[in-house]
Amino acid sequence: MSAVVKAGGALAEYTDERLGIAPFMKRSLNKVFPDHWSFMLGEIALYSFIILLLSGTYLTLWFKPSMTEIVYNGSYVPLDGVKMSEAYASTLNISFDVRGGLLMRQIHHWAALFFLVAMTVHMLRVFFTGAFRKPRELNWVMGAGLLTLGILEGFAGYSLPDDLLSGTGLRIAEGIVLAIPILGTWLSFLLFNGQFPGLDFIPRLYTVHVLLIPGIILALVTVHLMLVWHQKHTQYPGPGRTEKNVVGFPLLPVYMAKAGGFFFIVFGVTTLMAAIITINPIWAFGPYTPDQVSAGSQPDWYMGWLDGAVRITPNWEWNIGNYSISWNIFLPAVVLAGAIFTALGAYPFIERWATGDNREHHILDRPRNAPTRTALGVMAIGFYGMLWISGGNDIIATTFDLSINTITYVLRVAVFVVPPIIFVITKRICLSLQRRDHDKLLHGIESGNILRTPEGEFIEIHLPLGDKEKAKILGKVDHVPIALESGVDENGVANPKGRTARLRAKFSHWFYGDNVYLPTAAEIEAAEAHAAHDYHEQHAVIDDFRGLEITSEPVLHSPAIGGHESNPHQH
Amino acid sequence: MSDIATPGTTADEHGHDSGDLELPNGRPAPAPLPHEPRRADVDPKAARRAERQVSTMFIVASLLFLAFLAAYIGIDKNVVIALPVIGTMSASNLALGLTLGLALFLIGAGAIHWAKKLMPDIEVVQERHVLESSPTDREEAISVFEAGATESGFGSRKIIRRSLITSLVLLPLPLVIILRDMWVTPTDSPSPNELLSETIWTKGERIVTDGSYRPIRPEDIPVGGLVNVVPASLEKVEEAEGTLNERAKAASILVRMTPAEIRSQQGGSAEEPWDVQGILAFSKICTHVGCPISLYQQRTHQLLCPCHQSTFDLADSAKVVFGPAARRMPQLPITVDSEGYLVARSDFQEHVGPSFWEQGAS
Amino acid sequence: MNSMAARRRHPATLVVMLLLGLLATGAIYAAVDSGTSAQAADQKWSETQVETGKKLFAEGCSSCHGLGGQGSSIAPTLIGAGSAAVDFQVSTGRMPLAAPGSQAPVKGVIYSQAEIDAMAAWVASLAPGPKVPSDAMLDTSKADLAMGGELFRTNCAQCHSFAGKGGALSDGTAAPTLMNATPRQIYTAMVTGPASMPVFSNATLTIEDKQSIIKWIGSLQANDNPGGLSLSRLGPVTEGLFVWVIGLGALIIVAIWIGVKAK
Repeated sequence: MSAVVKAGGALAEYTDERLGIAPFMKRSLNKVFPDHWSFMLGEIALYSFIILLLSGTYLTLWFKPSMTEIVYNGSYVPLDGVKMSEAYASTLNISFDVRGGLLMRQIHHWAALFFLVAMTVHMLRVFFTGAFRKPRELNWVMGAGLLTLGILEGFAGYSLPDDLLSGTGLRIAEGIVLAIPILGTWLSFLLFNGQFPGLDFIPRLYTVHVLLIPGIILALVTVHLMLVWHQKHTQYPGPGRTEKNVVGFPLLPVYMAKAGGFFFIVFGVTTLMAAIITINPIWAFGPYTPDQVSAGSQPDWYMGWLDGAVRITPNWEWNIGNYSISWNIFLPAVVLAGAIFTALGAYPFIERWATGDNREHHILDRPRNAPTRTALGVMAIGFYGMLWISGGNDIIATTFDLSINTITYVLRVAVFVVPPIIFVITKRICLSLQRRDHDKLLHGIESGNILRTPEGEFIEIHLPLGDKEKAKILGKVDHVPIALESGVDENGVANPKGRTARLRAKFSHWFYGDNVYLPTAAEIEAAEAHAAHDYHEQHAVIDDFRGLEITSEPVLHSPAIGGHESNPHQH
Repeated sequence: MSDIATPGTTADEHGHDSGDLELPNGRPAPAPLPHEPRRADVDPKAARRAERQVSTMFIVASLLFLAFLAAYIGIDKNVVIALPVIGTMSASNLALGLTLGLALFLIGAGAIHWAKKLMPDIEVVQERHVLESSPTDREEAISVFEAGATESGFGSRKIIRRSLITSLVLLPLPLVIILRDMWVTPTDSPSPNELLSETIWTKGERIVTDGSYRPIRPEDIPVGGLVNVVPASLEKVEEAEGTLNERAKAASILVRMTPAEIRSQQGGSAEEPWDVQGILAFSKICTHVGCPISLYQQRTHQLLCPCHQSTFDLADSAKVVFGPAARRMPQLPITVDSEGYLVARSDFQEHVGPSFWEQGAS
Repeated sequence: MNSMAARRRHPATLVVMLLLGLLATGAIYAAVDSGTSAQAADQKWSETQVETGKKLFAEGCSSCHGLGGQGSSIAPTLIGAGSAAVDFQVSTGRMPLAAPGSQAPVKGVIYSQAEIDAMAAWVASLAPGPKVPSDAMLDTSKADLAMGGELFRTNCAQCHSFAGKGGALSDGTAAPTLMNATPRQIYTAMVTGPASMPVFSNATLTIEDKQSIIKWIGSLQANDNPGGLSLSRLGPVTEGLFVWVIGLGALIIVAIWIGVKAK
C-alpha cells in the first residue's frame, strides 16, 4: 500500500472512531451522477459564487465603506485633487495602488456577471426540461429565491464604490422608493437616514452585500444542493435510463475529477477575462455627485429589464387631492417586478394544477414534447428581451443611427404584441418536431439519397434510426389531458367544484391537447419490419448495379423493386 | 442488496423486475449501449501519452504559479504596456491575470483530461430509492408526534396556548420598532415631505457656476447658452454639513433664448418676471426618478434626461413632451441684483425631484 | 495760484493728460472686461483672405446661405456666426451639407485649412461673432487635467458620455463621438454651439476651463485602459453582451467537451 493510502486509512479511522461516517462515505463516494453538459450550468453558478466569496473577502481588506468626503492624492493622476467619498477613493486605491487589486476587482465583477448568467441559463434548462416537477418543486422555489437575491446582491455590490454610474443607479432606486404610495417618503428616509444621498447608505449597503445576502445565499445553496443530492439528479431519456435509476459516473473518481476540474476551468476563464478585459472602469466614470450624469447610463445586464420597463412606461400619474400615485414608476418597478418573481416561484404549482400531473418525474422532458410549456417559456424570454432592449434604447439609437423616440414608441407596443406571436410560433415548431419524431420512428431517417429504379420510380432511401436516438424519442411521455366532465352527476346534482374543475380541464386541454402521440409498440414493429424490407431491397438494387459490367443486355428486375410486393431477388 | 450495477453489467443481471425497466410511458426501457473502449484502455502507449499530457498540464500550471509570484514582486504597479487593440494597460494586471488564469485553467483541463482518457468511462447504473417513507414509518412518525403533542398539553390547555401565541405574535414588534431610528430624526425636524419640498435657494441667493463658483452676469450668457449652476452659499453649506444632500436638490441650470422664443413660464408678471432678458433658470433634478439633466438641445429648447429619456420643453414652462416623467421641471424665479449679478427671487415654487405620495400637501 | 495750478500751464500737459487718459481707459477696460478679448488673438484677417473667402463662399455655400450670408428658408443666417463657426463646421466636414436633415452628418473635408481660413475671414467680416482660437489659447501644457475631468463631467458627459463616445439625443439626433476631435474643433464647438449643442461662452467657461477640458478629452483619446480591452467604453451593456456570448459560450464549449466520450 502506498503511503498516501496508508495515511488516508489512518485519517479515516481517526474520524470514524469519533463520527461513525463510514456508511455515509461508502454511499457518497459511489453516488452516481448523470453526465450531460446542460447539467453543468448550475455548477457554473455554484463555482462563480465560491469565486465571489474568495475575491470578495480579499476586497474587504482594502475597501472603506464610508461616504465621508476626502481629497484624492493616490497614484491615478486624472483624479488628483478631486473631492470624493472614501469608498470611491479606496476603490481607486485597490485599482491602482494595491498590486493585484485591479485583478481582484475585475475577477469579482466578472464572476458576479457569470453568477447571474449561469443561474439564468440553469433556470431555463430546468424549466424547459420540466425538472421542477414533483419532487423538485421546493428546489425550484429556492432557485427563484437565489436568483432574486443574486440580482439584489449584484446591484448592492456595484453600488459600493460610489462612482458616477452606480450612484446614478442609487438615485433612481431612491426615486423608485419615493414613488411607493403612502410609505414612500418615510421608507426612503429610513433607508438613507434622511435625505439622499446622506452619509449612511453605502455603509448599510456594505453590511447587506458582505454579510446578510451572502449568508442567506449560502444557506439556500446548501439546502438546494442537499436536495439534489438526496433526490438524485434527473436525466434525459436514453439507453438504459428509466424513472427508477440514475445512469452516469460515480463521484469518486470520475465526477470529482470532472466537476472539480470544471471549477478550476471556471475560475481560470474568469481570471483570464479579468486579465485582459476591463470591466466597471470606475476611474473613468468619476466620483458620484448628484449634479453629474453620463449619457448612456445603464445598470448591469441583469437589471436591464427593470430599467427598460421604467423607460417605456408612459407618464401616468394620478393626483387626488393632496396625494399622488406615480403609476409611471410604481407599475414597472414594483408591480411588474413583483408579479414576475411571484409567477416564477409559483410556476411548478400552476403547471401542476393546470395539467393535473401529480406523478413523480425523474426523466426529463425534451422541450418539444411539452409544447405549451416550451412556448410559454420562450414567450417569457421574448417579453424579457423586449424589456432588455428598452433598457439599452439609447445605445441602440446611437449604434444604429435611429431615433430614440421611435424606438420607445415601437417598444411600448412590441412588448405586448410580440410575445403572443412568439408563443404561437414556438408551439407550432414544437408540434412539428414531434411529428418528425413520430415519422422517424415509423419510417427512419431520410438519408437524402435518391434511388431511381430501372422502371423509372424515384425513391428516397430511409436509414434505420440509431439506437441512441430511438431511445431518446421513445422516452417521451404521452400526457393525457384531464377529462372534461359534465357539471352535474347522474342525479342531476351540480358539482360544487364544478366551475374550477371545468376551468382546470380546459387548461389541461390547452396544455396537452395538441400533443402528437407516439406510435404504439405494434405500429413501430410493423413499420420497422417494413422498413427493413425496403432497405434490404433498395440495397439489393444498389449492390446489384455496383461492379456490373456494361453489356448490351438490360437486366430486368421485377416491377416490385422498391415497392411493396415481394422481391424475387435473394441475397 | 447492492443498488449499484457493477461496471460492465446491465441492470438485467440483478433480477430487477420488468417494472424497473420501464419508461414512464410504460414501454420497455431501451437497453444500454455496449461499451466501446478508448484508445488508452487498449493501448498502453496511448495511456502513457495521455498520462504525459495530463502531467504536463499540471507542471505548466505549477510553473505559472511561480511566474505569478515573480510578476507580483518584479512588476511595478505603475508600469503600462501598449498592446494592439487594447491600447495601454497595466502590465501588472496583465501578467498576474494571465499567469494565474492560465494556471487555474490548466489544472482544470488536466483533471478533466485525466477523467476522460484514463478513468473508467463505463456508465454505471444506480437504483433510485423510493422517496416517500414506508407506510409503517409514516404511521410510527405520526404517532410519535401525536403522543408528544398530547403530552405537551398544547392542544388541551387552551389558556396556555392562547397566551403563548399572543406573546409570540407580539415578539416581532420590538424587533421592528427598533428600526425606526434608521432615520435619526433631529428634534423639531420637518417631515420628509417638507424637507423634500425646500432647497437652499432663497431670495437674493447669488447664482454661481457649478465647479468654479463664479457669479454670473446676464451678458455672460449668449443666446443658446447653457450654464450649470448652484447657489453661492452651497460651498459653505456643504463644508458645514459634510453631505451632498443640499446639492442634490439645489443643482440647477441657466439657459438663454431670445425673449420672443419663450412661449410661457411657470410664473412671474410684467413687474416681477421670472426670467432675465430671455435667461431662464430651471431645476436640474429630473422629476421622474431624480437623475440630473443638463442635456439642453438649444435649437428645439428641449431638455432631455439621459436616464429614461424624459423630455421637457423649456420654452413652454418646461412641460413634459416625451417620456415617463409626469411633472414639469420646476422653474427658479431669477432677477439681477444691484451689482448686476444673477440672483434667485425665491426658492422653487414646486418641489424638485421625483414625485411622492404627499407632494400635493406642501 | 497754488503749485498744481502753476504746473497745469505746462505745454506738455495736454499730451501727458491724453496718454494718461488712454492708459486709464485701457486699464479699466482690461480690468472690467470678462476676459474674452484679453487673451483672444485679435485675429487679423488679410484683405486677400476676405476676398478669397467671399469667392469660395459664393461657389460652395451661397446656394443655401445666400450671397450675403443672410440665410434662406433652408439654411440659417451666418451674419454674427463668427469665424469659429465656419472653422468648426467646415473642418469637421459637416458643411457643405449634402442634404438637409435633422442633423448634419460628418463627411469628408473638402476644403484645405487655408480655404477654411479664407471663408472664416469673410464670414467674420460680416459681423462680430465667436472667433477662431489662437495657438496660445489652445496651449494645454499648464492646464489642470483633474479640473478638466470635473468640468467635463459637469458640462459635457451628459451628452457625450463619460468616455466621449457620444450619446443619443431626441428625434434621431445625436451628440457625436469626441474620439477624433482636434483641440481647435473642441474649442470652436464650445463657443459656437453647433446643431443641438448649447453655447459655452468664455465668461462662464473661461479659456483656462476650456484648456483643461481640451486636455481631458485628449486623455480620453489616448486609449488608456488599465484593466485591458475596453469593450468600446459603452458601459454595462457591452459587458453583459460579452459575458453572455463569449464568456458563457466558452464555458458551454468546455462543458460539452467534458461530456463527450473520449476516443
